[in-house]
Amino acid sequence: MNWSSWSDFIAMGGYAYFVWIAYGVTALLVVVEIVWIGRERRQSLAQALTQRKIRQWSSP
Amino acid sequence: MAIHWFKYASPASFYTLAGRLIPWFAGAAAVSALIGLYIGLILAPSDFQQGDSYRIIYIHVPAAWMGMFIYLVMAGWAATGLVFNTRLSGMMVQSLAPTGAMFTFVALWTGAFWGRPTWGAYWVWDARLTSTLILFFLYIGYIALRASIDDPRRADRAGALLTLVGVVNVPIIYFSVRWWNTLHQGASVNFGSTSMASVMLAGMLVMAIAAWLYTIAVSLARVRSIIIEREQHSAWVGELLADGRATERTT
Repeated sequence: MNWSSWSDFIAMGGYAYFVWIAYGVTALLVVVEIVWIGRERRQSLAQALTQRKIRQWSSP
Repeated sequence: MAIHWFKYASPASFYTLAGRLIPWFAGAAAVSALIGLYIGLILAPSDFQQGDSYRIIYIHVPAAWMGMFIYLVMAGWAATGLVFNTRLSGMMVQSLAPTGAMFTFVALWTGAFWGRPTWGAYWVWDARLTSTLILFFLYIGYIALRASIDDPRRADRAGALLTLVGVVNVPIIYFSVRWWNTLHQGASVNFGSTSMASVMLAGMLVMAIAAWLYTIAVSLARVRSIIIEREQHSAWVGELLADGRATERTT
């Protein structure tokens, strides 16, 4: 363990601004990518379902 | 061993295989990221020269490796697609590009916030930084090229060509710190000798493993949507949708 307290950890030896912006933006991008992939999956399935229904309707 | 690898070259069987693999890779990625962050941010000591600003290394280096490596994998799939004319190859290239762009951006961004406290500048037009920026533009260029072509099979071929031309940039990035006099430091990890303390090295390698597993999980998940989108007129997607199991998890 490198730190003596929680606030010590947050302060990052005076480099809190740089370290946490680097880590924060990385975490944000990872979350955005995962959410985006979920959205793409729902959209592709919904679109394929719609296409399928259209084909079923138009060819009795 | 009688594993029929070619069976998985068909989008239909790859779709099922990917669906089974994703939870394992995603889970392993999350666990290794937590271990890596624990080693890097909690256990590892401060650097005697850079203090705690060096802790950016635990995301910077794995992200930079991944940015380059994903490009090489894309080029491999691109070449396979051009030679064998397999549909899955183009889909994999398409699926990997956004994640490659993401990691390259993370490498540039974290590098900027590490450069400021250590060099006094967020950005310099150094060979390593410039060639990495070019890598980012190659990813963006690939995505834009795909978006501009309606026919997905033509987009595959054009994209594969762009990917293969751009691959020359990867060795330039990797060797830039040796070929030119750069502000960017040399490689921290070399085969045989390493200029890092073992705890720090362990943290960085675990984070690199996490980045690998994450990339596999994310690209498999994305390629499944691409397969559905591009194969929606095929019989097997019809059966899949009629089955209802594929759609129940989407609400």
